[in-house]
Amino acid sequence: MVEKKLREKAKELLSKKEVDLIIGFGEGTQPLRATPVFIRNPEEADRLVWNSFCENNLATYLHKFSRFKVGIVVKGCDARSVTALALEKRFKPEQVVLIGVPCQRMIDRKKVKKAVKGEIHKVREEGEKIIVAGEDGDVVLKREDFLYPLCKACTHRNPVQETLRVGDPVGEAPLTEPNPEAKAFEKKPPEERWAFFEKETGRCIRCYACREACPMCYCTECFVDSSNPRWIEKSLSSADLEFYHIVRAYHQTGRCTNCGACERACPMDIRLTYLTQKLNQEVEELFQFETGVDPNALPPLSTFKTDDPQEFVK
Amino acid sequence: MEPTWEPKILAFLCNWCSYAGADLAGTSRIQYSPNIRVIRVPCSGRINPLFILKALQNGIDGVLVSGCHPGDCHYLTGNYIGRRKSATLKRFLEYLGLEEGRVQFSWVSAAEGGKFSQVVDEVTRDIRKLGPPKHFAKQKRGQGFQDSRVVGFKGPS
Repeated sequence: MVEKKLREKAKELLSKKEVDLIIGFGEGTQPLRATPVFIRNPEEADRLVWNSFCENNLATYLHKFSRFKVGIVVKGCDARSVTALALEKRFKPEQVVLIGVPCQRMIDRKKVKKAVKGEIHKVREEGEKIIVAGEDGDVVLKREDFLYPLCKACTHRNPVQETLRVGDPVGEAPLTEPNPEAKAFEKKPPEERWAFFEKETGRCIRCYACREACPMCYCTECFVDSSNPRWIEKSLSSADLEFYHIVRAYHQTGRCTNCGACERACPMDIRLTYLTQKLNQEVEELFQFETGVDPNALPPLSTFKTDDPQEFVK
Repeated sequence: MEPTWEPKILAFLCNWCSYAGADLAGTSRIQYSPNIRVIRVPCSGRINPLFILKALQNGIDGVLVSGCHPGDCHYLTGNYIGRRKSATLKRFLEYLGLEEGRVQFSWVSAAEGGKFSQVVDEVTRDIRKLGPPKHFAKQKRGQGFQDSRVVGFKGPS
């Protein structure tokens, strides 16, 4: 249903020349995957799909088309990223047509792969069920058990800002409390916390896929690529990996929308969202700011209030 | 004889207040711990969190960031901006498991030589209590590169 409407809208926008290009999701080359597609002709609009595997944050591609008028298919988290990017003046808001799709929450493909024996040939969704055709015939899985933990805690499933909407709005009630990973993690003793961080980042192969997947990582020269000053050395020390992960996360302060693209992009399955979740929580507690909700609120680290908390200062 | 361990502390002092405060402490002949090494910066808002992290990574035992009192900034708003960065960075590092007190912040004006010496003494005491860095430091002082935690390749869990 949503898919059909989406294609119709895309055709309409392209044939009326309201946009030069539509960024959306297409069928992936493998089951359990959807791939970003860039559509320029109305005839191609049928390539667009909408399912529970449209997990990428498409706002990542927006900077690459800053000279065009772009239509972009957005979920709740993507829409907030677009707002945050417009706030940082990456493009003019009127350049972007937000095609909002209320999100049904995405399915964790890695979890599905673990639940099904052997190779998966085909996947289809029927309401609250996922039917996976594997080597031993069809397996029926309950959708709710396979959602991403982040999606379970999502509080903005309906795009906050949108130019037009496809599909009906959904109930916003999260299945768990917001920032569950950060809340659970901060209760552990400090030694255990550092040990976990060291173990996770120790697996990093520095492919920087987390950076590439993130819509907010757009610097022309990232601090890891800078040779003067050289922040990150090409040594075998795990301290360099820790440095990278601390700074990558810290640079998202007040900018992260908790979409989880970084963690999903990681080929080594490093846990990353517990870092950015904490920063989101901090920004909310200290500065009462939520990323991408208010298109006029300045990013928290580029502004201030005279009565900001300062109990930590001697 | 085994030399006793003394902390080495890096202090980022803003040019207009805290650096002048340190100067006043010196000209007033106020005694304070000789453990700090000062880097003068234009403003506490100039401090990139990467500076602090890089110092810790290179084996410093503690970092002190000091600037003008709120409202007194030479550039009007620099320390307010710095305050927000400091607040989030401090909380984040402690969340990761870095010991509380490794990175400290203070306001010292150009007239507060006495306060400067107190702050330095306090910070030194705190860091002496914490001992040499257990995490994140790449090299131990005086030993050059000696990282026991060189990464071995481990597959995804």
